[in-house]
Formats: sequence, C-alpha cells, structure tokens
Amino acid sequence: MKGVRTFLYRKTKLENEASHWSGLRLISVLFASAVLIACSDDDPVAKVAYEVEVVNLTHNQPFSPLALRAHGASYVAWEVGESASLGIEQIAEAGDSSEFLGTASPKKSASGTGIIGPGDTVVIDLNSKVTDLYLTAVTMLVNTNDAFTGITGLDLTGMRIGDKKVVYLPVYDAGTEANSELAGTIPGPADGGAGFDAVRDDVNFVAMHPGVVSMDDGYAESVLESSHKFDGPAAKLTVRRIN
Amino acid sequence: MKLYFDRKTKSTRLQSSLSTLAASCTAIAMMSSPVMADILDIEVTNLTQGIYFTPLLVTAHTDTADLFSVGSSASVELQSMAEGGDITGLVTLADSAGAESIENPASGLLAPGASVMIPDMSTGVNDRLSIVAMLLPTNDGFVGLDSWKIPEAAGTYTLYLNAYDAGTEANDEIINGGGAPGVAGIPANPGGNGGTNASGVTTTEANQMIHVHRGNIGDTNTTGGISDVDSRIHRWLNPVAKVTVTVK
Repeated sequence: MKGVRTFLYRKTKLENEASHWSGLRLISVLFASAVLIACSDDDPVAKVAYEVEVVNLTHNQPFSPLALRAHGASYVAWEVGESASLGIEQIAEAGDSSEFLGTASPKKSASGTGIIGPGDTVVIDLNSKVTDLYLTAVTMLVNTNDAFTGITGLDLTGMRIGDKKVVYLPVYDAGTEANSELAGTIPGPADGGAGFDAVRDDVNFVAMHPGVVSMDDGYAESVLESSHKFDGPAAKLTVRRIN
Repeated sequence: MKLYFDRKTKSTRLQSSLSTLAASCTAIAMMSSPVMADILDIEVTNLTQGIYFTPLLVTAHTDTADLFSVGSSASVELQSMAEGGDITGLVTLADSAGAESIENPASGLLAPGASVMIPDMSTGVNDRLSIVAMLLPTNDGFVGLDSWKIPEAAGTYTLYLNAYDAGTEANDEIINGGGAPGVAGIPANPGGNGGTNASGVTTTEANQMIHVHRGNIGDTNTTGGISDVDSRIHRWLNPVAKVTVTVK
C-alpha cells in the first residue's frame, strides 16, 4: 500500500509538471483569452465534474466496486479480439481495480467503496478536465470466473452542465480464465474461491461473454445455479455533468 | 461528397464547380444524376468467444429485395448458407436483383474475436445493406443484418447484429459433417473443442420461420451426452457481431 501511495505521488507530481508546461504553451498561444480568465484556480485547464450512476440489472451477480477513469479520445481500456491488460484481468478475475486505477491520475479517476448488489444503485463522483472527456467504467460480475461489464471510451464531449447520458452495458469475458465454474475458482459469494491468477488458461482475448451454464442447466460440476445466469445488458449507466 | 442532398448550396457549388472544372462532362453528369453511389468502408467484428463465422456475404440492394426476413420462411438459398455456409445461391439471387455484393471478405472463416475490413465498397444504385454468415458450430444459426438503410449523411455508424435461426433444421447439435440443405447435423466445429457421439438435443424444429436463435444448449461430455458442442464454450449472448460502417 505504501508502495502504491508513493507511486501515485510521483505520478501526480509528473502530471503537474506536464500540465505546467502545457499551461505555458497555452498562455503563449491564447494570451488574454476569456477561457483562461474563466479558470479561477491555479490549473490552466478548466475542470469538469460528473455523477456516474450504475444500476445492477442482474438477478444474482453482485458487482465489484466500480472503477472509473476519465481520459482522452485515444485511450482504450479493452477491445474485443485483443488481449486483456493486467488491470482488466485483475478486475475481471478478482474485482480488484488497484492495478487498473494505479495507472490513472487520481484527479481523473474514482473507485466505488463497496459491492453493488443485484438491483442496487450507486452514484460515484468523477472529476476531469476539458481535455479528458471520455469515460471508462468497469466492474466484475463476481459470481463468474472472469466476466466484467462496463464501457470504454464513452464520449462526453458536448455535454453541458445538467446534461445526462444513459447507456446499457453488455457483459464481456476477459478471456484470461477458463469458464470452468468449478469450486474454488470463483471469488463471489456463490463460491468464495480464488480471484486473480496470473496464468491465462483461456483464449486470451476479450469477447462478449457466452453466459454461465450452471448446475441447473446440465453442468453438474458447476458451483453456480440458475440464479447466477444473466443476459445482456447487465447494467444501466447514467452520466450527469454537474460542473 | 453528395452534393445533390444539399439543395440550398447546390446551385452555388454547381456554378463554382463549373467555373473550376470548365466543361468537364464527368462532373456535370455526376451532379445531375438522381442517385449517386455511396462508397462504404465496412468492418465486421466477431464478438463471440467461441463461435466461427463462415464466409460472409455483404450486399447492397434496394428495398425491393432482401436476403432474409424474420417471421418468414427461409429461401433454399438462405437455407444453404445457414446449414452449410454456402453463399453462392444468395449471391446469384442478389446479382439478379441488381445488388452489389462482397463475397467472403475474410478469405474463409472469421474466427472468434477477429475482424475483417472491407474498404471502398461501392453500393451502385442501392441504398440497403445486408450481411449474413453461418455460425459454427450450429445446425442452422446465422448472424444477420437485414436491409439496413444506408444513411445519406457521411459519417461512421455502429451496428450490433444478433444470431438468427433459419428454422430449417432441428438443432440436434450433432457434429457429423451434415451441411447440405435438409441434411441433419452440424457440418463442422472449426475450434476442434467439442465432443463426439452425442445422442442429439432434439429432432424437431418448432418454429420453422426465421427467428432469433435460442442459443446452443451443449453439454460437458466429450464422448457422448446429448450434444457435441461444449456448453461452457459454444453458447453466446446477443449481439454476436459488431459492424462499423463509414459512409464516405
């Protein structure tokens, strides 16, 4: 934990230095522009703020604490057909977002504090800057081997204060752990088994999840039952710009 | 791009073009034509983790024709595609209707998670887009886009496609090489990750119209059981494909 804090501190310091330089450039280009005058604090790039609301639409798949990142147009957290990053693998297998958020600026990311139960709604505040108006949200369906739901690169440009945007989220399979459904392999309450394992014993690319089979559907060895089945969409996500 | 849609500025642009291009017959002919071909870039992504697409047929046609229609029975040509991956019959049908078709852009199977790009497809006089390919391993499942209206405005459009059942063959889930129309069984399992000697899930097809596929059942028995497909690998949830169309 101490190591993580130190890392975050260094990262923040570096980002501040970077924004200092880009600020100088901005000033030289725009000089007495109204945009700059409108910024009252010491940061030359205007800030924005959002409320991100997620509703768990599944029957019996609690979500791990929601991980949120605001970023630029070019960042992609995962892509169908591509190998999952270590950060996505740790969320999808264990619900652990520390690796994923560890590479993000704390000023432009946020984490939920608790499990989002089926039917539950959470609202999490997320800050960003006008240069980073794309959203990635991700969370694990914890009664699975490596299923996650979320969206990456949701375009928030053009949203004014008070505007909201609603999207429904499908279920992805990280492709990093076989969907064995066996005892000891699923971290959620259906099993209480292992979470992250660095070994990738599956196809090693992200795809849409095929769904869980369960013991009630002909797979006797599965620890899952019919209540754990799901279909898309698994979540409703609402973004409101509040500042 | 499509100047004829922009009526307010048409005459201005026409004059400007005329003065710039002088007496270019080509320019005048294009701008006065009632319908101008669209040029499309189309990317198809197989979103599934364990299902292969057989050779794709991507075709631009008018609203007087289609490759398939939900709630209707499949043509023999569609049946040949859905049961055996054979698109030649559908191509012949499309050609006879004045369609512009791209056959087999992936040069074979489109694997799970894979994408294929079709650059610069010309639609001719056609304004609808359809896409089909068989899903393997299934009996008569296919991924489909039916007569999507190609937008007039240039831009990038994203579509998600569902899996359909042609309604022409019982979903017995027995992998036995049966791919010809009317022959029971699944022609192949390209991933080689299924089973053999299944007894069969069913021998009947209750809904014989084209409908949304209910998915594979599968089992985990590789040497018997009711199904030769693996319930942990060969199921899917819709959508099964993502299509990105860029109208240029």
